[in-house]
Amino acid sequence: MVVTDKPTKIVYHRPQALENVVTHYCPGCTHGVAHRLVAEVLDEMGETENTIGVASVGCSVFAYNYFDIDFVEAAHGRAPAMATGIKRVYPDRTVFTYQGDGDLASIGTAEIVHAAGRGERLTVIFINNANYGMTGGQMAPTTLPGQKTSSSPTGRDVKRQGFPIQMAEMLSTLEGASYVVRRSLHNSREVRRAKKAIRTAFEVQKHDLGFSLVELLSTCPTNWGMTPPQAREWIDSTMINAFPLGDYKISSAVADLEI
Amino acid sequence: MAKELIKGNTAVAEAALRAGLQAYFGYPITPQTELLEHLSARMPELGRPFVQAESELGAINMVYGAACTGKRVMTSSSSPGVSLMMEGLSYIAGTEVPAVLVDVVRGGPGLGNIAPAQGDYNQIVHGGGHGDYHMLVLAPASVQEAVDLTVLAFDLAEKYRNLVAVLLDGSIGQMMEPAELPPMQPLKDDVPDWAVRGTQGGEKRILTSINLDPPAQEVMNLRLMTRWQEIEKNEVRYKGYFLDDAEYIVVGFGTAGRVSLSAVRAAREKGIKVGLLRPITVAPFPNDVLDELTEQAKAFLVVEMNAGQMLEDVRLVVRGRKPVEFFGRMGGVVPFPDEVLTEIERLVKEPLTTEGHPRDRWLARLRETIG
Repeated sequence: MVVTDKPTKIVYHRPQALENVVTHYCPGCTHGVAHRLVAEVLDEMGETENTIGVASVGCSVFAYNYFDIDFVEAAHGRAPAMATGIKRVYPDRTVFTYQGDGDLASIGTAEIVHAAGRGERLTVIFINNANYGMTGGQMAPTTLPGQKTSSSPTGRDVKRQGFPIQMAEMLSTLEGASYVVRRSLHNSREVRRAKKAIRTAFEVQKHDLGFSLVELLSTCPTNWGMTPPQAREWIDSTMINAFPLGDYKISSAVADLEI
Repeated sequence: MAKELIKGNTAVAEAALRAGLQAYFGYPITPQTELLEHLSARMPELGRPFVQAESELGAINMVYGAACTGKRVMTSSSSPGVSLMMEGLSYIAGTEVPAVLVDVVRGGPGLGNIAPAQGDYNQIVHGGGHGDYHMLVLAPASVQEAVDLTVLAFDLAEKYRNLVAVLLDGSIGQMMEPAELPPMQPLKDDVPDWAVRGTQGGEKRILTSINLDPPAQEVMNLRLMTRWQEIEKNEVRYKGYFLDDAEYIVVGFGTAGRVSLSAVRAAREKGIKVGLLRPITVAPFPNDVLDELTEQAKAFLVVEMNAGQMLEDVRLVVRGRKPVEFFGRMGGVVPFPDEVLTEIERLVKEPLTTEGHPRDRWLARLRETIG
């Protein structure tokens, strides 16, 4: 053991908003990274104790086990409606939903579109991993053309199974949506950019500027049948082409926001 | 407060507001829409949340979220809309948060029509949503009773952390009659410990209906059922008319009960010893009084605006000890008092049986009447 007189400086610690628990997510899955980014942002903004989270149905159904904040658990796809009910009662609280692509882009399209259309003062963290993770890797609305899943075993055939839905692009057309961006979690540079976007999204809510959503491209090595490095590489080489990263909607009020 | 001439839907909306409604979420559907319209003006006037949702699914899940804050919340709809809400109702029940639902029932199944009916009895009283849960169900027969029961609904929902439904049929919702509205109550300023609000430095709260461990989920189910037994013990409400010496007893709720009362009065004038039992809570069902009446009665006549949904609950209590007959109109047809009177007279005159099913006999008669 090396003893030093030099004062130690803590450079990395678990955010206050995260619980000290063992993860149930698969090795190489980026849900944990997304959780941590949300927790860091809430801590940095001093909002952790003023926040109510809404978990959805999918792999992140137990998100509330990881966050040390008040949480409710929604029915599949209904998180934006449930969050609307909470936010309307408590306009001074930070309210966010954490939803996967099956939840948000399939069964919950009506709820997300109308929450955005109404300009609800919510922040939505949208995890896009191009399949249904929890039920074992079935085809999702976000599954790429040709992508093999357990319910498109020969690859998604667009003639029979249609095309992927680009939620960020679609929601950006709505007047009520103030901040809609797509980021990725496949490398450290993109993780840092994702954190900045999550911070902006929560600031949009705190400044009462309307609806904010950050779509995060996320790995699913288990269901993609890949190693974690292969999964990250697949996002970089393939998934990003179908779901280009970028800022899809930044309202003028958000553009003027100084963080 | 003086009585005023007021439409049922509007009266229920105003009563809810005066009972301290803190947030309303709904979707337009006939014959309930005036309720939503009234609150769309009044709630913002008082600085309270009102959202016209994108669908009944949206509305009930907004209610679910707001109910998790422990505030007084409600939604209202009509039959097809309530069918859509069944998912949310099951989740609300599974999370044990209080909420009030007003169902202004119309003719069905499917789109059916917008005329008054009672075809939602089964989906409201006997579930509809998945899993074992019960809603406490209040069934008014007049605008005044709808007002009074709406106020009561909020108190009961909070007392038991349970869903409470006010089951109106379209005619109570659409009818104008004199009613006295309740005084304006101040809004609750406290929230229960279990309600989410942000940890504010304390322990976090989780409100969820998921429990992957079957034995733990069974404990939760047992808690719900124990609570329901408590509700059955404490909250049965009904109204009896001319029951003391009644040999024949009509059973009907809501508008069917009200129409039956006119028929019972007319039959009394003809010297027939007939009375009426009108359940006010159809869940919990007034089993005990019906059981006592079974001793005294020669026969029962159940009258409903459906194909005999409450009929099964009556038969469960009577258990073949006395004849039970049924008369119903379906699809939005409201029975006339004369039709019920004819049925009462038939009960007195014709030979009765405890064999077979009363629905089969009624359907045979109905085919002759309406083809």
